[in-house]
Amino acid sequence: MCLAVPGLVTRVGDDALGVLMGTVSFGGIIKEVCLACVPEVKVGEYVIVHVGFAISTVSEAEAREVFKALEQMGELEELDTPEP
Amino acid sequence: MRFVDEYRGEADTRAFVRAIRQRVTRPWTLMEICGGQTHTLIKFGLDQMLPESLTLVHGPGCPVCVTPLEQIDRAIAIAERPGVIFTSFGDMLRVPGSGTDLLRVKAQGGDVRMVYSPLDAVKLAQRNPGRQVVFFAVGFETTAPANAMAVWQAAKLDLENFTILCSHVLVPPAMEALLGAPDNLVQGFLAAGHVCTVMGYEEYEPIAAGHQVPIVVTGFEPLDLVQGIHMTIAALEDGRVGVENQYARCVTREGNRPAQRLLREVFEVCDRAWRGIGVIPGSGYRLRPAFARFDAEQRFGVERVEARESPVCIAGLILRGRRKPHECAAFGSRCTPEHPLGAPMVSSEGACAAYYQYGRKQ
Repeated sequence: MCLAVPGLVTRVGDDALGVLMGTVSFGGIIKEVCLACVPEVKVGEYVIVHVGFAISTVSEAEAREVFKALEQMGELEELDTPEP
Repeated sequence: MRFVDEYRGEADTRAFVRAIRQRVTRPWTLMEICGGQTHTLIKFGLDQMLPESLTLVHGPGCPVCVTPLEQIDRAIAIAERPGVIFTSFGDMLRVPGSGTDLLRVKAQGGDVRMVYSPLDAVKLAQRNPGRQVVFFAVGFETTAPANAMAVWQAAKLDLENFTILCSHVLVPPAMEALLGAPDNLVQGFLAAGHVCTVMGYEEYEPIAAGHQVPIVVTGFEPLDLVQGIHMTIAALEDGRVGVENQYARCVTREGNRPAQRLLREVFEVCDRAWRGIGVIPGSGYRLRPAFARFDAEQRFGVERVEARESPVCIAGLILRGRRKPHECAAFGSRCTPEHPLGAPMVSSEGACAAYYQYGRKQ
């Protein structure tokens, strides 16, 4: 259902039918991926790939949010910790 | 690996678990929809880190598990026909049908092949014009765009030797069915992140409002799961309902519009039977009339099959979250990944396979 993996786009181009295709690197393993549903994607961006098909790009800005939340939680924990 | 490793940090995961413990003041029952999420919870031991007052019910988000037995039997019947190349994702090959399974059909000389992508099946059809290539199109909304593209390509190429055996299922009607069941205990949901990557989460807003529950769209790495659970618990403790998005690096409210346009062009909504649950109205996809010539059921005329479920397998109870895998009498004894009695022990997203692989005996 949901076994999709993020990978780095290394090549983008049209195939014989005019469908946008490309290659994506998954930690060094290169696979051919259909990019038809991420038409704005550029080489160097990340996509989420499921069964050879990119279903989304990955937003680097949003990806950082969970770590900002952790930082805020860490600050709150420090405030809660009594002074020695 | 980027966007994977950084979401598996133990210290970060434990920080969220502490935050969950601090928020929980009474028992809550949550359901994670997707089998991939179940696997992460069990594999990384997250279920054992969470407070005991939190009950996690595993949802039916395993497409292999919910494919009706009749469809497996039809697949086997087609695969046994001479001249057919039957292609499928790997898991489906080992799911027991009423009598046998696709892997045994292969062992007995049937041309059954595992493919990574439905687009590979189209290439096979192009390269083997004298053979009928059939692809077992099983999956939720995550897989539907790839399957739609395969059919769209076959149409553009005017292929006469490519069909799909379609068994697509949709999440929102299943959630409605679960929430509408009189004995439902689930109070909050972790929605399936990759389904929502494709479809967005607009469809979940009326469900959350109608049933007054929080729904948090959640990813699949340990940090995603614990943050998603934290957000759901916070909403429950605060008495808030509605949809929130934990997996914002991949999911937007409107989802992937090009993918949705492709789906609407190739598929239409229909009623679907879910193994272990029964027919859920409006819960599936079938090919539109313009693409009906690519439907394997029509091309091969596979008649009504008499499906016989194993009398021992309790997959239905597992998929509805009524029983945990280790509560099944056959778990780990008569039913193991080597000789499964049902789909949840076979699939990489099945709850029984997760419990067996990661040693959950109680």
